[in-house]
Amino acid sequence: MTVTELVSYEDALATYDPVMGLEVHVELGTKTKMFCGCATTLGADANSQTCPTCLGLPGSLPVVNAIGIESAIKIGLALNCSIAEWCRFARKNYFYPDMPKNFQTSQYDEPIAFDGYLDVQLEDGEVFRVQIERAHMEEDTGKSTHVGGATGRIHGASHSLLDYNRAGIPLIEIVTKPIEGAGERAPEVAKAYVAELRELIKALNVSEARMEMGQMRCDVNLSLRPKGVEKFGTRSETKNVNSLRSVERAARFEIQRHAAVLSAGGTIIQETRHFHEEDGSTTAGRIKDNAEDYRYFPEPDLVPVAPAREWVEELRAALPELPRVRRNRLREEWGISAHDMQSILNAGAVDLITATVDAGADSASARKWWMGELARRANEDGVEPAALPITPEQVARITVLVAEGSLNDKLARQTIEGVLAGEGDPDTVVDKRGLKVVSDEGALGTAVDEAIEANAAIADKIRGGKVAAAGALVGAVMKATRGQADAARVRELILEKLGVEG
Amino acid sequence: MADLIKLTAAEIAAKIASGEVTAVEVTEAHLARIEAVDEKVHAFLHVDREGALAQARAVDEKKARGEKLGPLAGVPLALKDIFTTEGMPTTVGSKILEGWIPPYDATLTKRLKAADVVILGKTNMDEFAMGSSTENSAYGPTGNPWDLTRIPGGSGGGSSAALAAYEAPLAIGTDTGGSIRQPAAVTGTVGVKPTYGAVSRYGMVAFSSSLDQGGPCARTVLDAALLHEAIAGHDELDSTSIDAPVPAVVEAARNGDVRGMRIGVVKEFAGEGYQAGVMQRFNESVEVLRELGAEIVEISCPSFDKALAAYYLIAPSECSSNLARFDAMRYGLRVGDDGTKSAEDVTALTREAGFGDEVKRRIILGTYALSSGYYDAYYGSAQKVRTLITRDFEKAFEQVEVLISPTTPTTAFPIGERADDPMAMYLADLCTIPTNLAGNAAMSLPCGLAPEDGLPVGLQIIAPAMADDRLYKVGAAVEAAFTARWGHPLLEEAPAL
Repeated sequence: MTVTELVSYEDALATYDPVMGLEVHVELGTKTKMFCGCATTLGADANSQTCPTCLGLPGSLPVVNAIGIESAIKIGLALNCSIAEWCRFARKNYFYPDMPKNFQTSQYDEPIAFDGYLDVQLEDGEVFRVQIERAHMEEDTGKSTHVGGATGRIHGASHSLLDYNRAGIPLIEIVTKPIEGAGERAPEVAKAYVAELRELIKALNVSEARMEMGQMRCDVNLSLRPKGVEKFGTRSETKNVNSLRSVERAARFEIQRHAAVLSAGGTIIQETRHFHEEDGSTTAGRIKDNAEDYRYFPEPDLVPVAPAREWVEELRAALPELPRVRRNRLREEWGISAHDMQSILNAGAVDLITATVDAGADSASARKWWMGELARRANEDGVEPAALPITPEQVARITVLVAEGSLNDKLARQTIEGVLAGEGDPDTVVDKRGLKVVSDEGALGTAVDEAIEANAAIADKIRGGKVAAAGALVGAVMKATRGQADAARVRELILEKLGVEG
Repeated sequence: MADLIKLTAAEIAAKIASGEVTAVEVTEAHLARIEAVDEKVHAFLHVDREGALAQARAVDEKKARGEKLGPLAGVPLALKDIFTTEGMPTTVGSKILEGWIPPYDATLTKRLKAADVVILGKTNMDEFAMGSSTENSAYGPTGNPWDLTRIPGGSGGGSSAALAAYEAPLAIGTDTGGSIRQPAAVTGTVGVKPTYGAVSRYGMVAFSSSLDQGGPCARTVLDAALLHEAIAGHDELDSTSIDAPVPAVVEAARNGDVRGMRIGVVKEFAGEGYQAGVMQRFNESVEVLRELGAEIVEISCPSFDKALAAYYLIAPSECSSNLARFDAMRYGLRVGDDGTKSAEDVTALTREAGFGDEVKRRIILGTYALSSGYYDAYYGSAQKVRTLITRDFEKAFEQVEVLISPTTPTTAFPIGERADDPMAMYLADLCTIPTNLAGNAAMSLPCGLAPEDGLPVGLQIIAPAMADDRLYKVGAAVEAAFTARWGHPLLEEAPAL
């Protein structure tokens, strides 16, 4: 393998204009497979979720999963696509040991959904429209595990293990039209597109779209053309880029690699590329010349799919609020900047905050806890905030306790700690740990009097108008009450007793 | 006992139901017959003696318990080795599936079992149903009981020979281009290709998915109808299965009648290549139908002359994809797996050893026809021809209720005669293929012996899709008229084995 000397990103973009194509495969979350009744549960014993059809045994036949069709139509509609009035499945003929029939039941020139677009919002709020070529239905292959080789690839392996549990799981492949005009923001657009698509799929409730589980997989096709040139350059196809960050890095790497090859007078080979998470690089896979011939023809074992227009309209009417629209609505409702909203998105906290608000919190407090204390804890524990052992309802309860003065910030933090430590719900933690704010005015008054007496010099300064010095006395009172006093009230009492206007 | 094997399925069922004979006696009689003659005929690839007797015993027990028996309960049947049978070998006549024991029953197999039909075993066939003589079986040819040196037709030669040799009163065939009807014609038996989608294809090993259709084979029209009724009907495991009531075929078979019926003679099925004796018997059939009260008209189907060409693009194309799964990975034959060879090598060696010449020829043909750059010219054009043929049928059926023709241009040819001449072999299906391309229904039944060779000639009756009952109505009338004329069923003229 020859290591390519990369051109700097800035230099690459100074000379070349990137054109991208993104192909995203989404595993649908249907209970059964696309063409048989086998379960789709993840993590089952190898080959335990198979039958004659998904094993491709002689004589077996496929039957289309109606929920699979419905999910495909929903995705198509959400992507502003036209929905085919009549379309067929096709056989894509090629050989691979983990493909039971040695053809994949897919769609070819008659996709269920076509000609749409998805508006994606970049971090600075700019909206970029990505044109959608098509969304079509197909089935997943089985899974090969190559044993005995150094790389885990088939090359050098002594034998391979085949698990067909995944074979026949419904996939939707969503293909963009060539994405032009993104310029230096191409990698960012790629990432934003995949992120937006993932949000969309989740909002439609057709898949969990967990990239780390392989439920959503992205191929990044990229080519460069000299600035001002109309004709596309030769593309590379970086396969199975399986995180949002990787999508961005893969696009960026390929821009730099292509630019290096082209600038040195070389030519780009049309080939697949493997992406490497460790360093964000890609390496050559198989060469894709035009000789590759899948011998597509209409699948004779399946009848055409002809979704009734009324049904399509019903599905359209029942579409949920799309993620971008929802985000913009929430941003306005919460009165925050695009940048803040983006941080919330990046932290994966939108749904948590919304749920916390729904449970009775004000949005500012909900954001404060989820983006502050809880985000930090999630980060420390290396988990998504949603995975923390605290519910939006519990967070909401804490914000209510703060709002009514039962807890101050410090006590609230301790309450959260207690909940996260499994000590019970917020009220239980407050009780057990004795975290209630001291609101007994008599006791508080005594504590204030004692603090003034013990700090006569400071008290004099305050009397003399240096109101800011009150902080030191507040600190003394808080210390005396072991933090269980309401600091604001303490301050009021001090100023009152010293005859100063706050 | 000797008499039991000569009975029709309807007669056997009646005798079992009345208690005159037991199902075990009937099964034993047929097993004995198989034992006695199948070494010569080679209709069976696998005889399931124990399984058949167990099924028969179950029928007798039902009878003893006073349970109501179905119309074919206890009747033995020869099953073409293309339908999967749980626990029983299914080879499709190919070495590539040698030793494969399917883990599941085809829907048709299930329905036969549910109807208490006794499955004697699996019958010989051209490998993957590709052929018209059963010579392409990897397990050796089958002899035609009329003359063991001649072919019994194909691909379902084992099933038709089993009927003609009295090894079974019922059999199952599959018809992709004539594989039920042509064997029926050359063995003097009855075979029906139902409307495409009438009989589930689930568990029927695919050759050409858009053409394959399972159907009944028997010695009489009524028996075929009884079997038709037992195996037809919607199956949710087959997307192409018809979701509508099965036409009343048994009722039609019991009430043969052509009076006032308009029947069309297909003009294109005559002329060069048609044996004189075949045309003579066909023309007699036309006269018989006229005498029975039918109105005979000549019908032209101009696109039919392109049917053979279209068929030999569509069927190989689909087969090239259907047979791709035989790669030595999961089941069947595996050659060269000695630890030194790659997976690709093992697949190649297995296919080299496991597929016969005709199968390889069609895979190569179909792979080529589907290739990018050739698709439109070959597969695409063939599909257009298919549409034209369907239109020819539609126009014809606006004028007549059924069409008739010879089933096959010649009588049974000698084994080996056309083995090296694929084109000559393909011509055997000239008259049967249009029906497969259009998806409608057709029957072949005996209409006499060709004077020049004394071998059976088949009359083909073709009905529109979903009107399978018309085949039986016409077929039963013709059968009755001919049997009366001959004084006995045609098969009785066959030499003793």
